[in-house]
Amino acid sequence: MTTMWTTRVRRATIEKIDPQDALPDNQPSYVASWIYVFGVLTLAALAVIIGSGLWLTTKGASWWHTSSVGHYVNSVHLWAVELFFVFMVVHLWGKFWMAAWRGRRFQTWVSGAFCFLSSLATGFTGYLIQGDFDSQWIATQAKDGLNSVGIGSFMNTLNSGQALLLHVALLPLAVGVIVVWHVILVRKNGVVPPLDAKEIAGGAK
Amino acid sequence: MSSKERNVDLAKWSGPKRPYDLIKELVIALVVVTLLIGTLAAVFSSPDERAVTLQQWSQAAPSDFVATATGELAGTTISAAYGPPYNDAAEGLTLGPLKLQKWAGITIPVNPPVDFVITPLKSSVDPEVATASSTWTTASADQQKTWAETYAAAIEKTGDSSKVTADASYGPVPVLATGLLRLAQEGSLDGLLTTQVTPLPGDFTMPMLFLADGGWFDELGAAQHLHGDQWGMMNETGSYPGQSWLWLFSFMYQIEPFKSSENADSQIFAVLMLLTLGFILIPKLPFINRLPRLIPFHRLIWRRYYKENNL
Repeated sequence: MTTMWTTRVRRATIEKIDPQDALPDNQPSYVASWIYVFGVLTLAALAVIIGSGLWLTTKGASWWHTSSVGHYVNSVHLWAVELFFVFMVVHLWGKFWMAAWRGRRFQTWVSGAFCFLSSLATGFTGYLIQGDFDSQWIATQAKDGLNSVGIGSFMNTLNSGQALLLHVALLPLAVGVIVVWHVILVRKNGVVPPLDAKEIAGGAK
Repeated sequence: MSSKERNVDLAKWSGPKRPYDLIKELVIALVVVTLLIGTLAAVFSSPDERAVTLQQWSQAAPSDFVATATGELAGTTISAAYGPPYNDAAEGLTLGPLKLQKWAGITIPVNPPVDFVITPLKSSVDPEVATASSTWTTASADQQKTWAETYAAAIEKTGDSSKVTADASYGPVPVLATGLLRLAQEGSLDGLLTTQVTPLPGDFTMPMLFLADGGWFDELGAAQHLHGDQWGMMNETGSYPGQSWLWLFSFMYQIEPFKSSENADSQIFAVLMLLTLGFILIPKLPFINRLPRLIPFHRLIWRRYYKENNL
């Protein structure tokens, strides 16, 4: 008897996580460093990016040029992005020095890398749609790099309409899906133990 | 790595635990980060250097505008000689034997002399411009090129298009270029170059390519320290942080062999794609994946654990 595909999806996702591990109120004793905070700080900054971005989206692309409230929301969006990348890079370096890919956590590392890469693309399209001199300059300069390898034939930096739609629809969706994938993997696999923790594996029970 | 160690990495942790409420952590982080961002936004704001127009360019630097329009007719500007995805004036950059730019094809057709100059001039009400346009379009390509190049040389020699004395060897080019200048100064050209497809524009390919062909726009960028050799890729107008995460991209444009390479764009892109692949595959890369053991920052991260367990 074949298993329904819906069952297979359920087994491959939700059922992989022990409900007690999804949002626990305790962690292994080794989770005791400020470096662990940077993952959740990245998520918090992402939440502010999404919130301020949605606010800007509802008012239209030019609103922030003419409204003081709009300018402030744009500033929030900008600084949220700056902090998002700072937090994410610190988180990333922390995970590198922990060799956090150990114990079948390779996919977690890869999903984190894709979070970073998709965020780069999203940030770039954001700079293209500011509607100011900076976006004009970035669009005219960046086109050469993309054109040189053929990408410019499909992604035209000078087409503000295309950049706008990519920035508010496709790319945030990609970032969102990848972040969710990453967080599920983190919760499923747990926090990687310290290097050389084998010596106390038996005695730590 | 021993099988015993791998098992420890794989197994669900059964050792001592400590209170660590993830929901509380997320809520506190959200509040702190929101307050921090809100304060940064209030104190430092964000840049908003107004976008520039063809009208501003034509009014601020009319000679540069006329010289650029002449260059479009002569086929000597960046856009006119670009290649894919705009036209077939060149093959574009290569990556060794790979002609990715050429293979991707002409998907955004742009014919600079026609699209930037001749077509917009159809809306001019000046009969002299209409006659000049007719003379231009009925002439041979060689004749057109000779007229435009001769006039471009005259502008370069005098340094100011308004000081070039009339000469038959320029053909209709001075009338076309100055006719376009008038359209731009009136403010018509900005609209004409963005509404060719739809009156509700979202695509600024035409005006931006034309604008970037001129020297005025380039000078504005240099004044805002946005040039490639000024680490411009990661800079923002004014004194604001830009896309600092593109530092490696920007860095490569500062060093050889890329700095002096004609194919710098494609070469740097390729190197970065390789580095990106390496970044994704770090866990599988020999030596690199051993660095966390060789340089023991982890002793600092887990110092309490190692101390408590005498490791």
